[in-house]
Amino acid sequence: MSDHQDLKNPRPAVSRRGFVQGAGAVTGAVALMEEEAQAQAAGKVMGPAAMAITLTVNGKPLKVTVEPRETLLDTLRHKLEHTGAKRVCDRGTCGACTVIVNNKVSYACTMLAVDAVGKKIQTIESLTANGKTHPIVPAFHNNDAQQCGYCTPGFVMAAKGFLDRNPNPTYEQVKDGLGGNLCRCGTYVGVRQAVLEAAKKLKA
Amino acid sequence: MANYSWPEMKSRKVIGQRLSRLDGIEKSSGKAKYTSDLMPNGLLHAVLLSSPHAHAIVRSIDTSEAEKMPGVKSVRVVAKAGTEVQWAGAEIAYVAATSEPQARDAARAIKVNYEVLPHFVKEDQITRAGNRAKAAGEQVTGDVDQGFKDAAVTTEGEYAIPVITHCCLEPHGQMIEWKGEQINYYPSTQNVSGIGGDLARSLNVPASQIKVHMDHIGGGFGAKFPSDNWGKECANMSKDAGGAPVRMYLDRAQELTIAGVRPSHFAKIKLGAKADGTLTAWESTSWSTGGFTGGGMAPLPYVFTNMPNKRLNHTAVSINGGGARAWRAPNHPQASFLTCAALEDIAAKLNLDPIEVFSKNVQFTPRAETYIRQLKRAAVMIDWQKNWHPRGKGASGNLKRGLGIGIATWGGLGHASRCLAKINADGTVEVMMGTQDLGTGTRTCISQVVSETLGVPMNMVVVRIGDNSYPASGASGGSTTIGGISASSRKAAAEALDQLLDLVAPQLGVPKDQLQAVDSRIFVKGNPDKAISWKAACQKLGPKSIEATGENNPKQPGGLINQGVGGIQMADVTVDIETGVVRMNKMVAVQDCGLIVNPKLAESQVNGACIMSICAALMEERVMDNVTGRVLNADMEFYKLAGIKDIGEIQVEMEIDEVNDKRGVIGLGEPCAVGGVAAIANAVANAIGVRVPSVPVTPDRVLSALYGNRMERLA
Ligand code: FES
Ligand code: FES
Repeated sequence: MSDHQDLKNPRPAVSRRGFVQGAGAVTGAVALMEEEAQAQAAGKVMGPAAMAITLTVNGKPLKVTVEPRETLLDTLRHKLEHTGAKRVCDRGTCGACTVIVNNKVSYACTMLAVDAVGKKIQTIESLTANGKTHPIVPAFHNNDAQQCGYCTPGFVMAAKGFLDRNPNPTYEQVKDGLGGNLCRCGTYVGVRQAVLEAAKKLKA
Repeated sequence: MANYSWPEMKSRKVIGQRLSRLDGIEKSSGKAKYTSDLMPNGLLHAVLLSSPHAHAIVRSIDTSEAEKMPGVKSVRVVAKAGTEVQWAGAEIAYVAATSEPQARDAARAIKVNYEVLPHFVKEDQITRAGNRAKAAGEQVTGDVDQGFKDAAVTTEGEYAIPVITHCCLEPHGQMIEWKGEQINYYPSTQNVSGIGGDLARSLNVPASQIKVHMDHIGGGFGAKFPSDNWGKECANMSKDAGGAPVRMYLDRAQELTIAGVRPSHFAKIKLGAKADGTLTAWESTSWSTGGFTGGGMAPLPYVFTNMPNKRLNHTAVSINGGGARAWRAPNHPQASFLTCAALEDIAAKLNLDPIEVFSKNVQFTPRAETYIRQLKRAAVMIDWQKNWHPRGKGASGNLKRGLGIGIATWGGLGHASRCLAKINADGTVEVMMGTQDLGTGTRTCISQVVSETLGVPMNMVVVRIGDNSYPASGASGGSTTIGGISASSRKAAAEALDQLLDLVAPQLGVPKDQLQAVDSRIFVKGNPDKAISWKAACQKLGPKSIEATGENNPKQPGGLINQGVGGIQMADVTVDIETGVVRMNKMVAVQDCGLIVNPKLAESQVNGACIMSICAALMEERVMDNVTGRVLNADMEFYKLAGIKDIGEIQVEMEIDEVNDKRGVIGLGEPCAVGGVAAIANAVANAIGVRVPSVPVTPDRVLSALYGNRMERLA
């Protein structure tokens, strides 16, 4: 007989969330030492209580209270009204949550909010801020690189990060560069064209 | 009564144009709000505690500790003591709390005692199913034994296509606010007009109390029609919490475990054919599961329904697994795969080109001419003549290339739909309908139809959908939406225009039936100078506006809509016979679907369907674990979908011509999602010279089809 779902019947794979929660208490000594070293380096041990942090989102400092176990994605979505990034797999597989952190394309579901403190976080919302529209946005529209659209913001951000690094991509490079995102409706044909079109526009 | 019929193909200005979708920028800028994006003040987050056991009785459940935990506002038990749980993932309890982590903590603190019972979760070997198997009874047509005697060759094959899940990127769920008498319901649904009534029934409240609103949905594919028990419990949690808004969406593992699957299909098929490929007899023994309630029966033989001499035996198998839901073209992809694989196998045995064998047998389909035309066209698109070779007779070396065919059919008649069109005195137009845009472009198509009908630009037309206070429109399933909404909006707009023409006819001095509205003007037919501008015409309304409704009744299509289409897809693959990896080179789709309102959006749907077929043919499979009874791959790293690199090139051709166009509007979502699996599986057989009996055609299956016996000997 089982009285506790998670303890008596552990899921076959360790989920990221479970790992993060357990990291301080039950993982091996090495991990524990690293954890402590990091905590000491940071000056204090965080949590488990909620704490006030400031995140720099699209250039603006935003104050928010989070538990140390909260992901950047959940913080953006649940607490900061940035719902462009979507939560789909919640463990770094699908790319629906893609944001750019310190100029690096990142999965917001695999980063803790507390770890994003002091970093430059860019979300899909920045691409149409201040009355300016990044060319990748209309390129997705023109090439119908969307159906239900749930994967689209993640794709758009991945495409932006890709084009920042590869301003002159070939068709083959586009296919490689966006391999970190999944779409269920099957919009890849449009996405490939959209990225090439945006690359052209950005150069012009 | 206004004249509803579609304007001549050549004279259309908006319908048939390759326009980008109206909500495209909203979606690609992240501004589109799905119901899972709604985060109002005071929102509570709810989570589901689900069963870890595939078959068990809940002996006791204790929520006392959970209820005392920080932030918890409501705990609801679904599986009370005594409940028999029939699949892992089944709903046990819900918790709503101020934050999601708090809700998860509390769900973990619920103590459930289960009496674990034996489970049965894998249907691949029917002999093990015991009393879980329910035979549907034999169906016989013609003289099957004689049919096999008349055959020059017979083939016997075993084929399997597994359970797959919908894997909608936006999980099932909703946000609900139950304040006093009113329930504000924000679901993720394919059924805006109907889902409120569904929830009302489960809550036992009047349907009039439920207000449904949804602007966007992140995927449905047939899995999102009902309000579900999570809808009911979400409402109850809001009530418990004094009317606070509560959101509850399944997590990914739950989405892939309990939110719907496509039934599997296993079949032993014996086929007989004359030397020229003409089929003489069919015999199949098949079984399937869609979960605890069994599985649907694929229509076999698919498309070639009128062939003589058939014997069918089907068995539905009940397993301890999450239930089936409609999955884009229910039962058709399975039937297409089983039939086309058997057909291709007999073509190989006869040493015939499968195009020849398919063509020989289209006489047994309801639309021989369509398929012949499409086979020819698709063959050109995929360069069949150059790239095809008899099965297994391609180039030497480890990389083997092959081509294959898949066939499809579907109805696609428009559903019942009502539309309200309003012309305002400033010339703007509003159209209201309780429909939904699944990403197929419903909004855009409504706008195109109304713009065409009234002769005003699309930016004058505001389309309001996604709310059950608008006139009811059918659920989006079975490719019924485009027919339903284009007919109802055409009629509503035509009726509204008719009223406006009443107003301006005296000034233009002709009866209203001699007037025409085009390019923002209303003028006398054949005398375009005798005109009044749209704006001036609408100004005559003064303080009033025109309101008119239009209705589509599927029983009276009235020439606007139709049903019954065919499609052919072909695949070109390369298989590495050392690693077993199948690479897509190209896929082509030729699809007829009557009058096409927006070819750009239609092509997107077909592209997407081809990609879904690639997923199902090469990657997707729900894997059950015999030991734990659980889904082993309820996540997105092991429940595999194709990525942007995996799909090769895709070429789509919509058959747009006068003849098809005259049939009226027909649905497209399902038919294009049928033939791809068969095409790819057949291409692999053609490449490597042997049939890989099960899809998805994964590297291990390719290798065991090629070297199975040898590998067993080596082991
Ligand atoms: S939600 Fe972050 S990668 Fe899928
Ligand atoms: S557009 Fe629907 S998941 Fe990509």
